[in-house]
Amino acid sequence: MKELREPAIIAAMTAVTFAIRFSFYALGDRIVFPAWARRALAYVPAAVLTAIIAPMILYPGGNADFGWRNPWIAGALASVAASLKLRNATAALAAGMIFFTAWKLLFA
Amino acid sequence: MLLGAAPFGLVFGAAAGPSGLSAGATLGMSLCVFAGSAQFIALTLVGGGAGLGVIVLTTCIVNLRHALYSATLLPYVARLPLRWRIPLAFWLTDETFAVVQNRLVRDGAEGRRYGSAGASADDGENRPVRDAVLRSRPGPEHWYYLGSALAMYGNWFAWTLAGMLVGSAIPDVEHLGLEFAMVATFIAMVTPSLANRPTLAASLAAGTVAVLLRSLPWKLGLVIAALSGVAAGMAAERLAPAGTKTGGHGKTSP
Repeated sequence: MKELREPAIIAAMTAVTFAIRFSFYALGDRIVFPAWARRALAYVPAAVLTAIIAPMILYPGGNADFGWRNPWIAGALASVAASLKLRNATAALAAGMIFFTAWKLLFA
Repeated sequence: MLLGAAPFGLVFGAAAGPSGLSAGATLGMSLCVFAGSAQFIALTLVGGGAGLGVIVLTTCIVNLRHALYSATLLPYVARLPLRWRIPLAFWLTDETFAVVQNRLVRDGAEGRRYGSAGASADDGENRPVRDAVLRSRPGPEHWYYLGSALAMYGNWFAWTLAGMLVGSAIPDVEHLGLEFAMVATFIAMVTPSLANRPTLAASLAAGTVAVLLRSLPWKLGLVIAALSGVAAGMAAERLAPAGTKTGGHGKTSP
């Protein structure tokens, strides 16, 4: 049964993603999207992505770690700073990885 | 924009193997799903042994903003035949949307025509946009959409492949390091949009709730956190009406 799992995952994800993207194109001229819903959707990516990473950063491995020694916190802060200062995704990624790895070596 | 997708593609390709995805599935995901943030989340879920239902729901939530793009571009594609609408929908991503929107607005401002036999006098309307809306057969702007979408698509696939090759060439790449790479990637995606206050509120609210509800089963904590974030963003909008951009339209994911 395990062999079926991967294609099933991909098929399901594809179906969902396409359904969303096609949702309005399919209807042609027949739908009006309420303004409030449009505004609400704009917040979804920031909310969802933050919701995913926040527990990973503050509870690595399931245990609370709010201290300065936490490599996830160090790396995350570095990424945020690099993103704000340099406005570059690759730089943010690199900065985060560098600080994360350094912290792990030094303090873990 | 093509280069912007590179780090995400690379990291996805490299992280997929250690998370338990086979090579075929990794490429298949990039080919069929073509949604960076959803693909990343699927990796953590697969790594954590999540069930299919959870993966589907999470994919749905993460990609919901594409419904917004779909709605916004709808006027331009509404009258196209179905065989156009389907592929255009498949390849709709943040970048494609941004690029297409940009082109439409720009051309409107410069008063360019797309072959409509109209009078030269400006009647105050945005002629090219109106022409695009009225058009029922594909015009240059539609080819532009298709072209940019295909470029992003090929690009994404190429970087995923590159990531897979690099990942296997460095056998002792730490699993945890790659997990953090996903975190850093998401931060890179979200941070630019946080300049907008309501979006910042949404992010903070969602993060807090997610941490508080982290122990709920079936990723319910995630769903509730996302909804809380959206609610917070909407509320913050109301509190600061003057001079605030509505919604956060920073670049998020390939």
